[in-house]
Amino acid sequence: MNQFLRDLSLRYKIPLRVFVLASASALLVTISILFRVYDETKNDLLLHADSMGRVLANTLVGPMTHDDVWRAYEIVNSPFQAGSPGQTQGAEVILVLDRKGRIFVSTRPAEYPMLGDFSRLDPEFAAAGATMPAKGGEGPTVIEPLASGRLFVTVPILSEGAPLGTLVMSYSKRMFLPRFVGIAQRAALMMALALAVLLPVAWYWGHRMAKPLVSLAACMDQIGPRVPEHLHCDLYDSQDEIGRAGASFKRMLKELKEKESLEKQMMVTERLAAVGRLTAGIAHEINNPLGGMLNAINTYKRHGQDDPRTLKTLALLERGLAQIKETVAALLVESKVEPHPLSRRDIEDVRTLAAPEAAKRGVALKWEDDVTDALPLPSTQVRQILLNLLLNAIHAAGKRVECQIYRDSRSLTLAVWNDGEHIAEENLSYLFEPFSRLSRNGHGLGLWVTYQTVRQLGGGIVVESEPDDTRFTVTLTLQDAS
Amino acid sequence: MSRRKFCAALAAFLLAPGAFAPATARAAGRPLRIGLTPVFLDEQAAFLEAWRAYLERRLGQPVEFAQRGSYREIVDLLGREKLDAAWLCGYPYVRYERALKLVAVPLYQGKPLYRSYLIAPAAAASISGLADLRGKVFAYSDPLSNSGFLYPQYRLAQMGERAEAFFSRTFFTWTHRKVVEAVAVGMAQGGAVDGYIWDTLARIRPELTEKTRVVEMSPAFGFPPLVARASLLDGEVAALRRVLLSMGENDEGRSLLGQLNLDGFTAGDRALYDEIGRMARVVGGSL
Repeated sequence: MNQFLRDLSLRYKIPLRVFVLASASALLVTISILFRVYDETKNDLLLHADSMGRVLANTLVGPMTHDDVWRAYEIVNSPFQAGSPGQTQGAEVILVLDRKGRIFVSTRPAEYPMLGDFSRLDPEFAAAGATMPAKGGEGPTVIEPLASGRLFVTVPILSEGAPLGTLVMSYSKRMFLPRFVGIAQRAALMMALALAVLLPVAWYWGHRMAKPLVSLAACMDQIGPRVPEHLHCDLYDSQDEIGRAGASFKRMLKELKEKESLEKQMMVTERLAAVGRLTAGIAHEINNPLGGMLNAINTYKRHGQDDPRTLKTLALLERGLAQIKETVAALLVESKVEPHPLSRRDIEDVRTLAAPEAAKRGVALKWEDDVTDALPLPSTQVRQILLNLLLNAIHAAGKRVECQIYRDSRSLTLAVWNDGEHIAEENLSYLFEPFSRLSRNGHGLGLWVTYQTVRQLGGGIVVESEPDDTRFTVTLTLQDAS
Repeated sequence: MSRRKFCAALAAFLLAPGAFAPATARAAGRPLRIGLTPVFLDEQAAFLEAWRAYLERRLGQPVEFAQRGSYREIVDLLGREKLDAAWLCGYPYVRYERALKLVAVPLYQGKPLYRSYLIAPAAAASISGLADLRGKVFAYSDPLSNSGFLYPQYRLAQMGERAEAFFSRTFFTWTHRKVVEAVAVGMAQGGAVDGYIWDTLARIRPELTEKTRVVEMSPAFGFPPLVARASLLDGEVAALRRVLLSMGENDEGRSLLGQLNLDGFTAGDRALYDEIGRMARVVGGSL
C-alpha cells in the first residue's frame, strides 16, 4: 500500500493531498465548532438553570412552609408543561429536598417518590449528594460528578435566611446530543458541499501542476542508451523550477546528441585513418616488387629476344602490372607540394571540365563562385576534390546540380548539391571507404581519394543526405599566407 | 334607551314569571353572587361564562361567579354575606347548616346522589382496597370535602386507624381533578375523589383517568348541593331554585346540563345529607 501510494502519479497524488488537506481542515473546524457549541450549550443551560432555580426556590418557600406538597409539585412541574420536551434547556428532573435531605416532591414521583432518600436513589445522585455544599449557601451551585452523564444545579430554599430545603435540578448531558447531531450533520453537509466544489478544482489544479512534470518524466523515460532520432518533447515553458528543469533537460539533450554525432564521426574518421594506414603499407609493399618487375620487363624488352609470343606475353604482363600500379597509386594518395596557389581560374577550369558531362546527362549545373583572388591552397588537390564531387553529383543527379564555392576569412567551402537518390543513413559511415560497394561505376575509389586528400589538406568533409537533397560540403582551412 | 327598547323591556317585565312578586333585589339591579367550588369541573371558563349568562337572562338579574382555592374560603364568604349562594359539598353544608339554606340538588344519573371513589395508580395492581395503602402516600382533595376527605377518614375510623399514622404522608390538592392527576403521575399511591368527577373526567379526559383505577366505591351520598346564605330573601332563593329546576326544560339549559354531565336539578331534601352528618360526628368534626 505504502509503495503503491509512493508510486502513484503526481496527477493523482496532488489532488489526493488537496482532498486530504481540505477534509482535515474541515474536520478540525467542525470539531472546534462542536467544542464551542458544547461550551455555549452548557453556559446557556447554566444561565437558564440559575434563573429558573432562583425563581422556583423563591416560589417554593410558601408551599414548603405550609407543607403544601401538591402546590410545590405544580410549581416544579410548570417548566415541564410550558416548554416543549425537546428543549435542550429543560431539566431532566427537578427535586425538592427537605431539611433532612429527603424528597419533598419531585417531577417524577414514580421514580423519585416522596420521602425517598435522595442519595440512595441513584449512584449519580449519591455522587451529587456527596459534593452538595453545606447548608447555608445562597446562590445556585453547579455539581458535575465525574464520569456522570448528568449535571446538577442546586439552589437552597431559604425563608428569611433559614433553610427550608434544597432545590435540585438534574440535567442530562444527552440533551446536548440532538443539538450536537444537528450541528454535526450541518457541518458534514457543508463539508461535503465544500469538497464537491474543491475536488474538481483540486483535480484540475493537480493535473495542471503535474502536467509539466509528467511530460518531463515521460520525455526522460524515452532516453535509453541512445538518444532517439526524433525525440518529441512538449515541455513547459516558464521560469519556475519545472520550466528550468525542462530547459536544462533540453540543453542536456542537445549536448548529448552533439556528443553522439561527434563520437560517430570520430569512429568513422578513425576507421578511415586505419584503413588509410593499412592501404598505404600494402601499397608500399606492393610498389617495391612491382617496380622491380616492371624494370625487369623493360630490360627484357630492350635486350631480350624478339620472340613475338614472348613479347606478347610480356606486354600482357606489363599491362597487368601497370594496372596494379595505377590502382596502388590511386590508393596511395600522397600530397605533393604544390607551389601554385589556387586561383579563380583553377576553379573555373573545373567547371569547364564538368560542363560537357552535365550537358551529356541533361543535368542543369548551377554555379556560384565567390572566389576572386588567389588562395593559399594547393590548386591541383582542390581541383581534384571539386571535380570528383561534381562528377559524382552529376552522375547521381536527377535534374539539377548546384555548386557553391565561397570563402570566409579562415576557410574555403566547396558545397555540391544534387537532387538525386539519397544515401541511406546506415551507409553514410561507409561512404568514404576504398572500393566502396556504394559506387555504381569505377573502382569506388573516388570518394576515398577525395576524403584522403581533404584530410591531408587539414580540412573536413560533411555529407547530408535526404530524399532529393544530397549535399557534400568540404571545408578547407586557409593556410597562413606567409 | 330608545322608546321601542323601553316598551320591549316593560313588556318583558310584565310578562316575566313572578313579575308581581316583591322583587326588591331585581329592581335594585344588585348582582346575585354565586360561589363555585371544585365539586364540579370548574376550570372551564367558556362554559362558566355561558352558564352565568344563562342564569342572568333567566333570573333577569346580574349574576357573578366567584371561585376560590378552597371550600373553606367560599364558606367564609357566605358567612360574611359576600356571597349569596354557592355550589358546595354536602359536608360543609351539614357542618354549617344553620347559616345556609338548601336551594337545589343536582341530579346525576337520574338521582341526587353520588359516591366517593378510592383510586390508585393503574399500574399498582397490588392495591385492592384502603387497607393496602398503609404506609403509602395519600391524596385528599379538600378538608371540607365529603368524598375527598370525610369518607376516607370515616372508613379509617371504622377500621380503627388514625389517618395521620396510617399513611406515611398525605396532602391536599384542593380539587378532585388534581387528586386524579396526583395519583396518575404516581405522586400518591391512593386518593379519594368525587365519583361524579372521576366519571366525567373519564368521558372528557380519558387519558388522565386511564392512569388510575377505581379500587373502592362508597355508598351513595347526597350530591353536593347549591345552597344560599340563610339571610338571603326567600323570594330570591325561590327564583334561583326555579331557574335551576327549569334548566332541563329548554335547549340551552339542556346543553349546559350536558356539559356538566348532569341530568337536572331537584329541590332536594335535608335528609339526603343525614349520612354525611353521621360520618362527620364519627370522625369527630364539630357540627
